[in-house]
Amino acid sequence: MRILLEHFSKSFGAVKVIEDMTLEIKDGEMLALLGPSGCGKSTTLFAICGIHRVTSGRILFGDRDVTNVPSQERNVGVVFQSYALYPHMTVADNIAFPLRIRKMPEAEVKRQVEEIAGLVHIEGLLGRRPAELSGGQQQRVALARALVRRPNVLLLDEPLANLDAKLRLEMRSEIRRIQLETGITAILVTHDQVEAMSMCDRIAIMNAGEIIQIATPQEMYRNPRTAFVAGFLGNPPIAFIEAEARDGSLAVKNADIRLPVPKNATVPPDGTPVIVGIRPESLGTEGDATIRGRVSFIETQGRENLYDITLENGSVLRSIQRVRDDIALDDVVEWKVRSDDIFLFAENGERL
Amino acid sequence: MIGHLRTWPIVLALTIVSAPLVLMYVFLFVDTISNAPAGSFIPNEFTLEHWSFLWETRPGRPSIWRVTLNSFLFATSTAALVLVISSMAGYVLSRLNVPGRTYFLAGVMVLHAFPAITLIVAIFLVLQVVGLYNTLIGVILVKAAIDMPLGIWLMKGFYDTVPWEIEMAGIQDGASRFTVWRKLVLPQVKPGIFALGLFAFLLGWGEFILPQVLAPSGNAQVLSVYLAGLIADDNNFDMNMFKSVGLFYMMPVLILFFVFQNRLMNIYGGGSKG
Repeated sequence: MRILLEHFSKSFGAVKVIEDMTLEIKDGEMLALLGPSGCGKSTTLFAICGIHRVTSGRILFGDRDVTNVPSQERNVGVVFQSYALYPHMTVADNIAFPLRIRKMPEAEVKRQVEEIAGLVHIEGLLGRRPAELSGGQQQRVALARALVRRPNVLLLDEPLANLDAKLRLEMRSEIRRIQLETGITAILVTHDQVEAMSMCDRIAIMNAGEIIQIATPQEMYRNPRTAFVAGFLGNPPIAFIEAEARDGSLAVKNADIRLPVPKNATVPPDGTPVIVGIRPESLGTEGDATIRGRVSFIETQGRENLYDITLENGSVLRSIQRVRDDIALDDVVEWKVRSDDIFLFAENGERL
Repeated sequence: MIGHLRTWPIVLALTIVSAPLVLMYVFLFVDTISNAPAGSFIPNEFTLEHWSFLWETRPGRPSIWRVTLNSFLFATSTAALVLVISSMAGYVLSRLNVPGRTYFLAGVMVLHAFPAITLIVAIFLVLQVVGLYNTLIGVILVKAAIDMPLGIWLMKGFYDTVPWEIEMAGIQDGASRFTVWRKLVLPQVKPGIFALGLFAFLLGWGEFILPQVLAPSGNAQVLSVYLAGLIADDNNFDMNMFKSVGLFYMMPVLILFFVFQNRLMNIYGGGSKG
């Protein structure tokens, strides 16, 4: 079902958390609300499921205005960060709870519980209690409970935060598989850009109660709208250096480095201070511009190495390259940058 | 073996310390089934005459069974009242946004700090006016009201430990707030319900002053008042019968503790980590 937030605002007392936000989630789409803690993404989620009342604006499920509809009647499936399974009930009773509340006949309840248990692969666990399950299994139960009543929308609130690294990888693809198989509209709230990029069709990146950009993961990575977006996506993260426009190129501040203006940017007038963003993968052996610096840190990652190079003005750039033996700490290197892969931002963070 | 040898000083010390208590209880029991010559501790004959109160009712006194039933009614009714009201009030104070919630909580605490005895004259007058003086219902209401602050605070504390997410999940699953409380939250605070129920029962069972003042005689008399009546009676003073009634009075409490000791020990072990 299509979900639409229209001019949605939420404040707690005098604190405005979200102001005038409009967001559309298409039918069958999985959308990530990505942002640092306190950016209002959970508030948005709670508004959609009806736990928080909206201060102003409208929420539409399909064509139905649910702004003032109580949670119980919105039919929203939520998977909480802590899973919130009912500890005193077995897995089967946990999953059956929403159906029993709807007074569904017991035979039908049993059938549907078994069907959904099959979908999330927990058929063998139905008789256990939540405390007897591993984190990943609890997660699957929580998903089953949220999905069993065929909700209008599935909300996932940091669903992977409590899992260890290996399970996180597994559940990432599992959640996506289940979402695709059921074709349900889903919203994933997360502060982890990897989760957002790998699981979702589109990402809405938020900061300080505002949506900065909505795009597909690929588009957002290639074409960030602001320095904040560029800084949030990518691991290891992008590095920023200060520069100034001079004679149609960019002069790095306090350093004898000139970079060409990337083709995708408009050439700023001379003397404009700008911020140049260079991703670690854009700095290395190929390119049309040269950056000189001292290798100040080497991090071994196995297949690749991450090098920090410190420029003469003290700024630090990162470069990720295949492991090379010819570079040692404190070497002075001249590395190449592909000028079309660098990003140019104005001082206020807006893309140029 | 060596481990056993090392513990003997502790065992000895504990034995010496607890010997007076044990002896007191042993003699309490022995005295109820025997007679001893004047001035001696050592009994010289076995008798059940001190337990005769069980089958014959003394003139001017209510039947022991009637009094026991009253005590039982008194303790269970107060416990039930305290349980029902505290389990709801505790939830409301823990979870809902009631106006003046902090003041209410502070007020409840202050009420609890008042010794009940300071209110006794006022309560006496109130019961007289509403016609509940010398009735079991009157004294049950008073006792429940006095135990309530403790119960409310205790239950609020238990509810505070239940994760919010469980309730949010219940609401999303379509349950009403009441169903969420009844089916999802209440089971999480079972240890609290159990503890409070037991404590309220024991407090009611052991209560003396309130029934003594508010329901001293006739059909409303409870065991503690009956017991006090025995010792106050100068005409037929019978120390051993007093001990027998005392032992009889203690027995339900002992049985409760034996049956529930494991659960009592686990009261704070019933966390609810999903």
